[in-house]
Amino acid sequence: MLTALDKKLLVEVADIHDIPQGAYNIRKNGEGIIRNNSANIEIISKKDKPGIDILIKPGTKNESVHIPVIISEEGLNDIVYNTFKIGTNSDVLIVAGCGIHNGGSEKTQHDGVHEFFVGKGAHMRYIEKHYGEGKGDGERVLNPKTIIHVEEDGVVELEMDQIKGVDYTIRDTYIKLYRNARLIVNEKLLTYLDQSAESKIVVELLGEDASAQIISRSVAKDDSKQVFYLSLKGHSKCRGHIQCDSIIMDRAKVSAIPEIVAHHSGAQLIHEAAIGKIASDQITKLMTLGLSGEEAEETILQGFLG
Amino acid sequence: MLELINIDVELEGDNGWDKVLNDINLSLERNKIYVMTGPNGGGKSSIAKTIMGIHKPSRGKILIDGIDITDMSISERARRGIGYAFQTPARFKGLKVKDLLNLAAGEREIDHCEILYNVGLCAQDYLDREINSTFSGGELKRIEIASLLARQIKVALFDEPEAGIDLWSFQRLTETFINLHQKSDTTLVIISHQERILRLADVVIMVENGRISEITNKDKILEEISQLDTGCEHRDNCGKGVMEYADCIR
Ligand SMILES: Nc1ncnc2c1ncn2[C@@H]1O[C@H](COP(=O)(O)OP(=O)(O)OP(=O)(O)O)[C@@H](O)[C@H]1O
Ligand SMILES: [Mg+2]
Repeated sequence: MLTALDKKLLVEVADIHDIPQGAYNIRKNGEGIIRNNSANIEIISKKDKPGIDILIKPGTKNESVHIPVIISEEGLNDIVYNTFKIGTNSDVLIVAGCGIHNGGSEKTQHDGVHEFFVGKGAHMRYIEKHYGEGKGDGERVLNPKTIIHVEEDGVVELEMDQIKGVDYTIRDTYIKLYRNARLIVNEKLLTYLDQSAESKIVVELLGEDASAQIISRSVAKDDSKQVFYLSLKGHSKCRGHIQCDSIIMDRAKVSAIPEIVAHHSGAQLIHEAAIGKIASDQITKLMTLGLSGEEAEETILQGFLG
Repeated sequence: MLELINIDVELEGDNGWDKVLNDINLSLERNKIYVMTGPNGGGKSSIAKTIMGIHKPSRGKILIDGIDITDMSISERARRGIGYAFQTPARFKGLKVKDLLNLAAGEREIDHCEILYNVGLCAQDYLDREINSTFSGGELKRIEIASLLARQIKVALFDEPEAGIDLWSFQRLTETFINLHQKSDTTLVIISHQERILRLADVVIMVENGRISEITNKDKILEEISQLDTGCEHRDNCGKGVMEYADCIR
């Protein structure tokens, strides 16, 4: 059922080399094709619209769910709605991500809407990778929308990567943190040619002692464009920190638009944003170790995007 | 052997072009330790950077084992065995100590622990750390030195390696230089203001005002240091307490 091409896409977006352990649902060209439930994790198709409900029982520990989406058809416009219920005190890894192979000239698009309800004391690590390939000149478009509700004492780690081949993306992330909930976001973005990427992350720190840390690193090459709109809103005694760091090259354009809003005198919010070219002392140092200028540049960018 | 013949270097500063090196002539032999010293701003780092290819001379030639490398890039010189540990090392967001050492080593197999031990660092604590702004000045200096030790090198240039390194590790560092000297026939050039480093020197090179003012041996320099007047003879007559301006009575 999975072609060699599909398997390659799965490796890129979900690091899946074989059928994954635990629960999974693989969606290909707009349809779920393989699914597996585990004792604690149930995946059910939605009745009213495309997508799935992922139900994780309270207390589930050290389990993972893989829900990659792969698209190899040109001209497809796939929209999917996924809802995650993460039971109280559970500890899970969720690997999503979308890989598009567009070999044709028509636009291929995937818009994933993900909503997460993270229960009290639960810990969720969510990894989302976006990847595009294919020789055709058809655009590869990904517009994910992510909504996360984190209940008391919940911890959410988000890793969002877009390293290759996506022509156009608008990423919209909205997170609500209740009492003592903690959020860590690591975003990585690379754009080149005339790609365009926009990332909007809005975090509402609602409950007392909620905390959020957003680290966004990006590299913009060639004629590509990036816009970051990162916002922290503190509604109680809370802490938040945004670090937005971009390396700009060639004729690229990057905007970093910070917003920190405090509705409470106990809110402690910091925004740091920096845009600049690769530091020349770094390039020189690597050249003194025998790397060529290009190798040095590549090494620095790779390290930066980790 | 590394030779600098009639080297001039001009650099563009805030007030236009500035001649920072003036007619530098040096022959540096294998298996010898050279310590370069002299006043701040004298041109020591500039000489090292010119050997490494970071500064391009406006006049003169640089030869290594008789081969003219004057027009070679930094990378080419590195591949020919020249290495430079910077006075102010770069920091890298995202590059780990392990990565830097591996890049330095190239194809060669290296013993990371041994190398870090030689600069007084514990491998377990440092190998996986990013060389970013969380590194202290002294730690950064040590990693920089380690990045030269990881390489097979003909000419090693260390620019004030002891700066920022604590007293306890200083001993280790000098031992590391002695070891390197005994185990290989590397030409060691150490830029330093430290007496204990000066004691390692086969040859001492004094650099002042963009020129080599003296090439001598350590005994002479150490003798001079011991006789140096350490302060100003009028210090006792200087004003004291809170003052709006300072006026020298000399
Ligand atoms: N990029 C540059 N452009 C212009 N002038 C420079 C540049 N780099 C160094 N200089 C000048 O060249 C002179 C020599 O500098 P250099 O760094 O070689 O001195 P140094 O002997 O290493 O001093 P220190 O002991 O303080 O390290 C100084 O006057 C310095 O201001
Ligand atoms: Mg110097």
